[in-house]
Amino acid sequence: MKKISKQKIKHILLGKNINEGLLGRTAIYALLLIIGFVYIYPMIKMFAYSIKDLEDLVNPTVQWIPTKIYLENYRTSWIVLSYGKTLLFSLTVTLIPAILQTITTSLTGYALAKFKIRGKAIIFGLILMTYLVPQQVYMIPRFVLFDKLGILESAWAIIFPATFGQGLSSAIFILIFYQFFRMQPKALDESAEIDGANNYQIFFRIGVPLAAPAYITAFLFSFVWYWNETYISSLFIGSDLYTLQLKLLNFASQFSLADGLTQQAVNEAIKYSATILIILPVLIVYIIMQKWFVEGVDRTGITGE
Amino acid sequence: MAVKPMKRKKRETLVAWSFLSIWVIGFLVFTMIPLFTSLYYSMSEVILDGEGIKVSFVWFENYKQVFSSPEGFNFLKSVSDFAIEIIFKVPIITVFAIIIAVMLNQKIKGRGFFRAIYFLPVIIASGPVINQLIYQGVATIPIIEEMGILSFINSTFTETLARPISNIFSELIVILWFSGVQILLFIAALQKIDKYTYEAAMIDGAGPWESFWKITIPALKSMVLVSVVFTIINLATFSENAAILHIKNNMFALETGFGFSSAIAWLYFIVLVIILGIFFLIFKLFNRERGRR
Repeated sequence: MKKISKQKIKHILLGKNINEGLLGRTAIYALLLIIGFVYIYPMIKMFAYSIKDLEDLVNPTVQWIPTKIYLENYRTSWIVLSYGKTLLFSLTVTLIPAILQTITTSLTGYALAKFKIRGKAIIFGLILMTYLVPQQVYMIPRFVLFDKLGILESAWAIIFPATFGQGLSSAIFILIFYQFFRMQPKALDESAEIDGANNYQIFFRIGVPLAAPAYITAFLFSFVWYWNETYISSLFIGSDLYTLQLKLLNFASQFSLADGLTQQAVNEAIKYSATILIILPVLIVYIIMQKWFVEGVDRTGITGE
Repeated sequence: MAVKPMKRKKRETLVAWSFLSIWVIGFLVFTMIPLFTSLYYSMSEVILDGEGIKVSFVWFENYKQVFSSPEGFNFLKSVSDFAIEIIFKVPIITVFAIIIAVMLNQKIKGRGFFRAIYFLPVIIASGPVINQLIYQGVATIPIIEEMGILSFINSTFTETLARPISNIFSELIVILWFSGVQILLFIAALQKIDKYTYEAAMIDGAGPWESFWKITIPALKSMVLVSVVFTIINLATFSENAAILHIKNNMFALETGFGFSSAIAWLYFIVLVIILGIFFLIFKLFNRERGRR
């Protein structure tokens, strides 16, 4: 008897598998929650600070929840960032490259997945190379080239390489499309061919629609990576035009001038509000398209065999 | 009849290259030619004036300058910091991503919610934003400073090692922020494991611990390499990385310029290849060890 009850307790606590027992479950939830909190803690802190007014900022008893919602910080950073104009430019150098890069990399991936090409291994090697060689190595000649073409300090300097599949992480997207197109059943293409469709028709009528998840995922990742990129964009479009991220980069220096503790606290709050304003657009996209980001890696079969 | 397949093959090749052509043109114009030009610049003195650029070949002068000038030393210091940091960061990120992925792969409530949180940093982690976080001091865990871990590190290791290691501790949270994509990769790999494998193992008397090491971990093996490569490249090209900032800053510096910048860019690439090589080797050795057992 005793033995059985002991086993029962053990079963409830530990379960047949780690994840089934009470102990294991609690531990997993606790860990996930704690680490999850560590992840979003900076965001919560930033947000809480950004809506504090001067009184709350200097009041040590007000930590997390401000006594009232104060939006003046946002107004200030909105003006300093010239938000409307900058957002528009940010979107220009983010959306357009992302769309074009997605199209080109899908064409490349399709060709590699569906056709017998001599030297395919070499092409794959070169694609991998574009991923492994850091942009820094070829950015100086690109800079000179763009200067000659007269497209420095314009959105074209970002758009051109993306259009030709040489943008940010293009190689990853080619591989995503390659995997995805390769998984499509050949029978579909063959039956379309028998019905008299040519290769381009097969691509547009069968390949593209069936690959919609890959397109969405690639576009979203491309969008986010371009949005967050500052190294290359500050070099190519830096001195007169600004993306939101580049503005933030300079924001700190603009607001560190005033001294005094109170002023410093206000500056911090303004900086926080500026940071929130800058992550807001991608955050909104993420909240709406969350499923595509998180499940996209699965669906596109990038992990493939 | 014999002609037709030939024709078809030819047509298909043409179609294939038409699909590929945009990438091929782009590769030649924006990558291949710049790559050789960059190599050429790195062995040249490049002077910019109002009219254009003048390039004169100087063999390895720029590379010599890297090892003999203050700018060069600054660069080398940040590269060695980067190399040491990455050797620590990559295992931290990989192990962390595996743990989170295994936990998220359990049948738990709110899985979607947790996944959304753990992926959030990928969305918002740009250079300037992370800079803000580090600057505001929200990037570290307060306990680390309170327990005096940093001062312990500074007193135990030599200066070259202490700096990067204490960097790692003071930016621990930010390091974890770089694991979003890797977590997804591991989850995807975990979902490919047939759940009957676990059942079969259980019938054979394997406990959860054994199944974890004998089934789960081997299934993640191939993904580890992908994840490690992604992590290295991601960290290496992150816009606030001190080493790559040197490359950009030297482009328009008076004493150095394009030639010197190209040279350090190539040196940086070589270091990167070595780091990738080391991890690749570790991975290979580790695999062989397992295979023998």
